[in-house]
Amino acid sequence: MSIIPQLLLNGIIAGGIYALVALGYSLVFGVLRFINFAHGELFMIGAYIGWVFNIVFGVNILIAILMSIIITIGVSFLIERFVYQKLYTKGLMPPIIASFGVSIFLQALILMIFGAQIKTYRTGEIQPGISLPGGMIITKIQIVIIAVSIVLMIALFLYLKYTKTGKAMRAVSNNYQVALIMGINNKTIISYIFAIGAGLAAIGGVLVGIEQNLTPTMGVMIGIKALVATVVGGLGNIRGAVMGGFTIGIIENIGIAWLPSGYKDAIAFGILILMLIFRPTGLLGRKTEEEIRI
Amino acid sequence: MILSIDKLNAWYGKLQVLHDIDMHFNTGEIVSIIGPNGAGKSTVLKSIFNLIKKKGRIIYKNKNITKYTPQQIAKAGITYVPQGRSVFTDLTVHENIEIGAFIKPGNPWKDFKRVYTMFPNLKDLKNTRAGLLSGGEQQMTAIARALMLKPRVLLLDEPTLGLSPKVRTLIFDKIIEINKTGVTIIMVEQNAKRSLEISNRAYVLEICRNKYSGRGKQLLEDQRIKKLYLGGK
Amino acid sequence: MSYFANILVFICIYGILAISLNLTIGFAGIFNLTHAAFFGIGAYTSALLTLTGVPFWLSFICAFLIAAIFGFLISLPATRLKGIYLAIVTFGFAEIIIAVMKNWQGLTRGPLGLPGIPKASLFGFKFASTWEFFVLAAVVLIITYVIISKIVNSPFGRTMRAIRDDEIAAKALGKNVMKYKSYAMLIGAGFAGIAGSLFAHYITFIDPSSFTLTELILMLSMIVVGGIASVPGALLGAAILVILPEPLRFLYLPSSIVAAIRQMLFSGILIAMLLFKPNGILGERRLLLKKNAKSSWFIKKLWRG
Repeated sequence: MSIIPQLLLNGIIAGGIYALVALGYSLVFGVLRFINFAHGELFMIGAYIGWVFNIVFGVNILIAILMSIIITIGVSFLIERFVYQKLYTKGLMPPIIASFGVSIFLQALILMIFGAQIKTYRTGEIQPGISLPGGMIITKIQIVIIAVSIVLMIALFLYLKYTKTGKAMRAVSNNYQVALIMGINNKTIISYIFAIGAGLAAIGGVLVGIEQNLTPTMGVMIGIKALVATVVGGLGNIRGAVMGGFTIGIIENIGIAWLPSGYKDAIAFGILILMLIFRPTGLLGRKTEEEIRI
Repeated sequence: MILSIDKLNAWYGKLQVLHDIDMHFNTGEIVSIIGPNGAGKSTVLKSIFNLIKKKGRIIYKNKNITKYTPQQIAKAGITYVPQGRSVFTDLTVHENIEIGAFIKPGNPWKDFKRVYTMFPNLKDLKNTRAGLLSGGEQQMTAIARALMLKPRVLLLDEPTLGLSPKVRTLIFDKIIEINKTGVTIIMVEQNAKRSLEISNRAYVLEICRNKYSGRGKQLLEDQRIKKLYLGGK
Repeated sequence: MSYFANILVFICIYGILAISLNLTIGFAGIFNLTHAAFFGIGAYTSALLTLTGVPFWLSFICAFLIAAIFGFLISLPATRLKGIYLAIVTFGFAEIIIAVMKNWQGLTRGPLGLPGIPKASLFGFKFASTWEFFVLAAVVLIITYVIISKIVNSPFGRTMRAIRDDEIAAKALGKNVMKYKSYAMLIGAGFAGIAGSLFAHYITFIDPSSFTLTELILMLSMIVVGGIASVPGALLGAAILVILPEPLRFLYLPSSIVAAIRQMLFSGILIAMLLFKPNGILGERRLLLKKNAKSSWFIKKLWRG
């Protein structure tokens, strides 16, 4: 009985989450050429806020998710406005180093408020999964994760393709200066982009919080792998982020059929390095190599 | 007189590029700004559209628009086609043109009709990504985009840069066609000869200062101009 | 009394780390994120060698060499990439190194770490007490300081700075840019390695968690605070960030809260410095503000809208 189908399924589930978070990185990079290393922490904060509303305040889970989205977007807005915005003009390193600082700060803040103990959304017993052909098992929440990821991705694509603001986002990301000339308010568009990224991350956080559990460092690995997914797919390329997410998710889950399971995380980095050495533009990246290679 | 520039001084960072430039433009004219590279021709257009640091006055239709934002300037009736590849390469031709009307609320279907009538070849390319078009087609798209807001004044920064002679002719013909609908055209051009041929008047900038001005055809004949810019005899 | 010696030892160790990190990031302009991993490689190398009987001085030197070799190997693909991509690829290598530390149980005992590392000893003299070890650490720090200062002020160092400020111009002048960058990474890595060796033989226990990204960010904070591209600045930054959280020790808080506050402290200082004094306390004028960086020019030109 092969375990490959189950691993593949696990890979798709993980991939969906990576893709959701990767979209945030890609959207922001596309327009600002900036990698926000604290993006994974938005995922983590989303999980905790949802938990606070759902478990501590006893609010219905859907409302909890909504509150999580709103507050996470708020946090992201504050960080962008008061920290990053002042540093974009100062070069390559300052904003990124600042994002490192923000990442640590947020982790420490949550650690201080909530403590290091693992929290869970589960209040009852663990429900058994559903059996699928091929010997696979999937739980309800996992089905939700796949469904929600796919729906959100499609929604984002439609938004970018057909709405006025979406088109403005693509314009700003394509050619910042000309977008200004067209009368687009770039600063507002950038705030919207950050908001979308934060919202997607928050939803991902709540879902993973439900599926697994909450720790202050839960955003770190997810954030890093989502970043890898973004680079693998092609920095700044939205479709690439999605593709990268699923690629990493699937390869790392299937990879542990052959490698010791402790190396699971390293698989993503291996893929990253191979990509950067042989095809730095990523799977779908359209940037000319001049931008990346010396 | 629809637009005038008084004592314009402009800077790129700390470098002063324009010194006390005076220019005026009458309704319905085609006016060229020519001169050597680095003389600041593009800077004049960027100053009108308020994209750089400047001192001086820009008067449009008797209104002082010096401190207007680019958005307000576009709303007032001046649009700008920047130098180089200014189309959004990741957007389709139609989306590019649509962005031209971004600051106008509502559905600009009337404007689409007007613009596609003037650029019928773009209609066939509607759903093509702008990045895949030829240079001439991209430039047409950029100009079409600038026409969506029904501007009274159109600023063109080197519209034929990098294009083949045949395509240049097409662009210049289009510019004449647009001008015939009543749009005042202010055009910065490297290709002095052709642009002077279709201009009513021209300004010659020589390293930041306004050196000569005169009627287009007259300038064509001017021996000094011939020697300096037209590869003299 | 040995409390103060302890602090001084850490200032020395982090001083070496900060000064060597500054070499690659501040002076060579390479956004290299592997430093904490090299710190770890040096620590594990030195620890494993002494645990199998190799004398300390030899392990110490091997720590430098092995770390430097890794630095060089990683620089080969890394220096072919620009800016952000270089940062990401070095980051990837660092994470792989950590993953190996955690998983190659046969070699490193994984997350359990290596206990019982012999204390440093030279020619029979054991640096058993903290003050004795401080003398050793201080000597290494001083040697590091002098060597790196000399490098920075040498023709090699000047070329490196030229490359940092305008790579294209440097290339046009015929400089082999990649070679210089590789050397910078190699040297930086080597010194991180000896810091690791000192660390291992002082604490006598190491595990992968001391060498993660968080540690790297702490090191970055030190050079941002003290001043990018300033050798005394790096040392100053290290001293400040080692001393600053110490008062927390006396507040009788649970250890996880202390850890959290300490992290908030240094990350908060990092952000504040970047916002208000990006050149740090002693930094070279206009250094972190890389005027010729492509993205900087690009964004500066456009953000004015």
